[in-house]
Amino acid sequence: MSSIGTGYDLSVTTFSPDGRVFQIEYANKAIDNSGTIVGIKCKDGVVLGVEKLIPSKMLLEGSNRRIHAVHKHAGMAVAGLAADGRQIVGRARSEASQYLSFYGEDIPIKELCDRVAHYVHLCTLYWWLRPFGSAAILGGYDRDGPQLYMIEPSGVAYRYFGAAVGKGRQAAKTAIEKLKLSEMTCREGIIAVAKIIYEVHDEAKDKAFELELSWVCDESNKQHQRVPADLLEEAKVAAKAAKDALDEDEGMDAD
Amino acid sequence: MEPMAGGWMSAAHSMGTTILAVEYDEGVILGADSRTTTGVYVANRASDKITQLTDNVYICRSGSAADTQVVSDYVRYFLNQHTIQLGKEATVKTAANLVKELAYQNKSFLQAGMIVAGWDKYDGGSVYGIPLGGTLLRLPFSSGGSGSSYLYGFLDQAWRPNMSKDEAERFVVKSIALAIARDGASGGVVRTVTVNAHGVERNFFAGDKLPLFHEEISPGRNPLLA
Repeated sequence: MSSIGTGYDLSVTTFSPDGRVFQIEYANKAIDNSGTIVGIKCKDGVVLGVEKLIPSKMLLEGSNRRIHAVHKHAGMAVAGLAADGRQIVGRARSEASQYLSFYGEDIPIKELCDRVAHYVHLCTLYWWLRPFGSAAILGGYDRDGPQLYMIEPSGVAYRYFGAAVGKGRQAAKTAIEKLKLSEMTCREGIIAVAKIIYEVHDEAKDKAFELELSWVCDESNKQHQRVPADLLEEAKVAAKAAKDALDEDEGMDAD
Repeated sequence: MEPMAGGWMSAAHSMGTTILAVEYDEGVILGADSRTTTGVYVANRASDKITQLTDNVYICRSGSAADTQVVSDYVRYFLNQHTIQLGKEATVKTAANLVKELAYQNKSFLQAGMIVAGWDKYDGGSVYGIPLGGTLLRLPFSSGGSGSSYLYGFLDQAWRPNMSKDEAERFVVKSIALAIARDGASGGVVRTVTVNAHGVERNFFAGDKLPLFHEEISPGRNPLLA
């Protein structure tokens, strides 16, 4: 569904006649080709999940993490160009740390999102910079409760109940919409996110992947942390079982 | 302190001062004397050393009048912007942190001893002392200024947690009056500001309303009001 913006797509400081900035749209393509990341806001917290594609068997398990701690009470999952994502996370960390130094309190999540979005947008204003080829899903818990935001390469950021970007985003979003998030706790949410990630993973096109899960909820004392090992295992087992059941059903249909 | 013959006309305004802030059951009470001096000359005998930073946070100022006014103005400006961006009222902790940042980062230029106190819904009534070097310390009560030296023993012995508003106000007024009795650089009237969940209340105690302790001359009739 992409159109070629011949001539109007060479610089991020050029508009096309129909008011589009093609460079930003191309930046989104980088994310569309990356592993899926998912975030949901449950009634007591936020869960982030990543389908971390493993390009080589030589890679150590647990390396090249895609979920990062930003502050005690906030974490970010990044999709798209990994190095660009690292910059965004670094900036978020600085903002959170400086806010605490200056105001004596933890940065409200909305404010953190605004700061990161502002920074990402900044890089779309100058011809000598390129837009970030990454999107970030920010999950945090502050005085206003748990919140989920997503920041895109254009610098736009919205607050969500559920968000997904990457290869399997269409299928993921459909699956998220079916969930009753306002009634779900994070414990249940972890299982749901794991199932979604396993479901959208395309085994034909991408071989191996590692599931990364993190949460920030009442149970984790409102602190962002990787999901404890035992719960992670439980989630993987449930997700694998669900995927196998799905495959079996599909197998039967094919007959 | 040597009287500076003729030098008092150009000396910097200093607030010899006694300032005090205490937590009580529903919030905080800030208190201060009202004497501002240039050398030995009393430049202002009815000054207001308790300044507003936000609707719910106030600051007691001692030391250089100019320095503390400028610090208060900056902090009021930052807090105003912060409140707009935050969408709710700033906390006492944030106000105190901003004052501390200015005091600490500019310590070689400033001579400012301040007490930030107020009420917010997260921590209730809070008192933060920010003395000369830019330390930030939350305390149940804090005093400052030249007159505070005479109060340490009294405050330690007489302060109790969870006082009622009347008890706490009497405590504050008595303390400042004691300091005024002994410290030449403190005097005038006692002003108090009470901050709690319901809002802010200012009070004023003229010289003749203050308790006498020992060998002070009774204030008598004020000749200006004859």
